[in-house]
Amino acid sequence: MADLAQATATRSRTSFINDPKIRSILFQLAALIIIVLLGWDFLQNAQENLKAQNIATGFGFMENTAGFGISQTLIPYSESSTYGRAFLVGVLNTLLVAVVGIFIATIIGLLVGIGRLSKNFVVRLLSSVYVELLRNLPPLFQILFWYLAVLSALPGPRQSISLFGEVFLSNRGFIVPRPVFAEGTGYVVWAFGLAIVIAVFVASWSKNRLEETGRPLPTFRINLGLIVGLPLIAMALTGFPVSFEAPELKGFNFAGGVRVIPEFIALTVALATYTAAFIAENVRAGIMAVSHGQTEAAHSLGLRSSQTLRLVVIPQAMRVIIPPLTSQYLNLTKNSSLAVAIGYPDLVAVFAGTTLNQTGQAIEIIAITMGVYLVISIITSIIMNTYNRRVALIER
Amino acid sequence: MKRLISTFAFAGAFGLCAVGAQAATLDQVKSKGFIQCGVSQGLPGFSNPNDKGEWTGLDVDFCRAVAAAVLGDASKVKFTPLSAKDRFTALQSGDIDILSRNTTWTISRDTSLGLNFTGVTYYDGQGFLIRKDKNVNSALELSGASVCTQTGTTTEQNVADFFRANKMEYEVIAFATADETIKAYDSGRCDVYTTDRSGLAAERLKLTNPDDHIVLSEIISKEPLGPVVRHGDDQWFDIVKWTLFAQVNGEELGITSKNADEMLKSENPEVKRIVGTEGKFGEGLGIGNDWAFQILKQVGNYGEMYDRNVGPDTPLKLARGTNALWTKGGLQYAPPIR
Repeated sequence: MADLAQATATRSRTSFINDPKIRSILFQLAALIIIVLLGWDFLQNAQENLKAQNIATGFGFMENTAGFGISQTLIPYSESSTYGRAFLVGVLNTLLVAVVGIFIATIIGLLVGIGRLSKNFVVRLLSSVYVELLRNLPPLFQILFWYLAVLSALPGPRQSISLFGEVFLSNRGFIVPRPVFAEGTGYVVWAFGLAIVIAVFVASWSKNRLEETGRPLPTFRINLGLIVGLPLIAMALTGFPVSFEAPELKGFNFAGGVRVIPEFIALTVALATYTAAFIAENVRAGIMAVSHGQTEAAHSLGLRSSQTLRLVVIPQAMRVIIPPLTSQYLNLTKNSSLAVAIGYPDLVAVFAGTTLNQTGQAIEIIAITMGVYLVISIITSIIMNTYNRRVALIER
Repeated sequence: MKRLISTFAFAGAFGLCAVGAQAATLDQVKSKGFIQCGVSQGLPGFSNPNDKGEWTGLDVDFCRAVAAAVLGDASKVKFTPLSAKDRFTALQSGDIDILSRNTTWTISRDTSLGLNFTGVTYYDGQGFLIRKDKNVNSALELSGASVCTQTGTTTEQNVADFFRANKMEYEVIAFATADETIKAYDSGRCDVYTTDRSGLAAERLKLTNPDDHIVLSEIISKEPLGPVVRHGDDQWFDIVKWTLFAQVNGEELGITSKNADEMLKSENPEVKRIVGTEGKFGEGLGIGNDWAFQILKQVGNYGEMYDRNVGPDTPLKLARGTNALWTKGGLQYAPPIR
């Protein structure tokens, strides 16, 4: 109450125009209006100039036929599809690299980060070499290395390296048999879903039991058995509805089977290993931020080293790791635009490359492309920030 | 307050950049004293730096011809190497004055990019390059092949049309630059490399063993390659257009870089009009009356330019074929200078 009274008193003493609060709002409002006006002017001006130069404008081109082929499509796409469809193909290809890359990078980064603090000299040395080597080479160079030096050096499809005559590795990519689903597959999927539900239930039950009685349960083994076992039983009961169509050499390439193109492998592996070096450093920093007293306390309580790491150190280290980890995830996603160097059809190659060149509508296409990266980055940030709030230190 | 000022500065710069007042290209070129010419990043025969670091090639010579006509000096050219993807933006934004970069003339490029094609310096068509040991003799045997091509070119669409029309399967891998494309083909990532046939002849020289590869006989598209200028600057458009016409007419009349000086004394009215001893055609273009004489003297006629860069005596070994003069059964034909 006293504060409010004093504030009112201050306001009444100074004139309206000299009030710092009102002044700051006024100035900011003025700045905002000017920026909006200039932005509007920019748009108008750009539109007039483009029209004067006879350059097409607008978003109508998205409905036109694309007329070019794309080597990797996650959704049905053909040359007669529209530019809009090609755009979606590009977005999905970018997302695929981002998701798979982030997954691999996190695992490698966690292992190498812990490895750098290992008591074992060899593990520590190998981890340090990994980090220093990969972190200090430009990502484009690493992508080209994987593509030109590793994957292109593989033999051609006719001389491909084969595993059990079912899986093939050649300079055309990695080819595995395609699963063919017959009737009854639905039951297997249901069994899998049921297994996950039971696993979640078992996990929460065993956690409660651990807290009440102190007796641990080998949850991991039980759940693994459930998730693998139940679908297997369902498959046996329905008479194995899933069969595999083996790839076979036909003409120039393999026909049938699922093919992972070498461009995807090179890009994902290069970006994942590159980003993992940074993540490893984040992990190391996070672990070192947990006071040594915590480890000593855990040891004196009788926890084994692995338990200390898993139950005491990592949960606390997560608080320090998550925010910089988010940046690394965003970096990986944005670096995926280097794909164009090796011909991987990502958003930049397909949309800001081929489509832009064929339609010539630079302003619209670049704006859309920027928008897509912005949306992907913001969504990643939101997810990570939500997770960060959950693992943050809750003061009781 | 400091933040406010910087906000203004930023907004001001933004607004000013948007004002794209375009002066006439001819005046700009005259005042800066050289022509900025967009070329490829290295395509032997068309635009490629030689061992002394000088640009050479058909497309390069054409820009020199324009410089000879406008500035009277064929050496007053600066070159900007551009990828297929970036070439049109560079011209639209005014970074270059002419795009002379083995660029195919199509209706969509002519009408929706704000550009004008000024003529055809090379009549080309798309073909396929393949390893001899694949034992393929026809493009119709390419079903299932992996095809390497460069992104941002007409070849991407042509190859899609060709395989679709012949109901064949294919996989296309598109790279950003010609060098990346040919490297991927050389390493075996693709069975076939496709681009314009002149480009195939040039890129083949970059392969580890050029003799292990052949160009298939099929031509799957029309690729008229020519120089491009911005839409809306008619004077500049006329100058660039008539530079090529002057070279073609020069060849037809037998005026070469060697005999140009003697031709000044010629009594043939057609020759007199082209070398500028009769009529004032340069004035109509807004440049010197000896414009065509300078082109022919300093750079040469179309035939000389062709033979020097891509002809049978060069590593590319391309026969004149469709690029011969109309009088010799080819397509090169220029309106008269009168």
